[in-house]
Amino acid sequence: MTEAMKIRATLQGDTADLRVLIKHPMETGTRKTATGIAPAHFIQSLVVQHNGKTVFDAQWSQSVSRDPVLGLRVRGAKTGDRISITWVDNRGERRTDEAVVMSGAV
Amino acid sequence: MAGGVAQALPTSPRMAAPKPESVSDRMNAMNRRQSLALLARCSAALGALAAGWLKPLVALAATPWNKNAFEAKTMAEALKALGATAPAESRDISITAPDIAENGAMVQIQVVSRIPNTQSIAILAEKNPFPLAAIFNILPGGEPQVLLRLKMGQTSDLRVVVRADNRHFTAAREVKITIGGCG
Repeated sequence: MTEAMKIRATLQGDTADLRVLIKHPMETGTRKTATGIAPAHFIQSLVVQHNGKTVFDAQWSQSVSRDPVLGLRVRGAKTGDRISITWVDNRGERRTDEAVVMSGAV
Repeated sequence: MAGGVAQALPTSPRMAAPKPESVSDRMNAMNRRQSLALLARCSAALGALAAGWLKPLVALAATPWNKNAFEAKTMAEALKALGATAPAESRDISITAPDIAENGAMVQIQVVSRIPNTQSIAILAEKNPFPLAAIFNILPGGEPQVLLRLKMGQTSDLRVVVRADNRHFTAAREVKITIGGCG
């Protein structure tokens, strides 16, 4: 059972500023534990979609930090637009979370 | 049925005195049956198609993991696997990262490419066991910049390789690590 990503999508002009907090161990496969070596377990691919259209398509290695923090920007966004992020890890586990672009004015 | 209690059967409208069926009634009935049958077949087909469709859709959207590049043990090999053997140094790539990172497990790096038609941004940590850390393909709508936290095993260069107009550009910045973060 995977944990939800936290996605914050804030409109700045016509660009959505995305800040994403992902929960994932991102194990390198070299970490020694009391019982042996923790096997490699990390996100290998990540796709970001804006209103259903892919805007970023990323490949990651085990060098990305545990519980990755990710910042991206999407052009041509409006309040209410849908941002969807999907990751797939080396074990084939996957997760998709969505967020709505919110106005940046406070 | 032996011992059963006789029950009045409810008369369905059809079993009641049948009214003469109009041609359209008969057509509707036939079409409804055919439609239902067709719908059943379509649902089954769609179900199978959807199950098969969705996976390739996500697979299409996501570029296959570049095993050769990610498993390269030196910067040179990684660059070669990326098809970027002689990238041109560029001042239009900005790398923001700490000069000194206390914790090598989370080194925050922000990369901005001001090179027109940036197609992808690759980030490498020179002295990590596997230098290539991430590749971001920038599609229309995405801005050519990324913020990410990486593990760095030891003091080394963080190198960025940008592909733009199918040519490669690069810039690097040294980050000193006091406590390594690769485990």
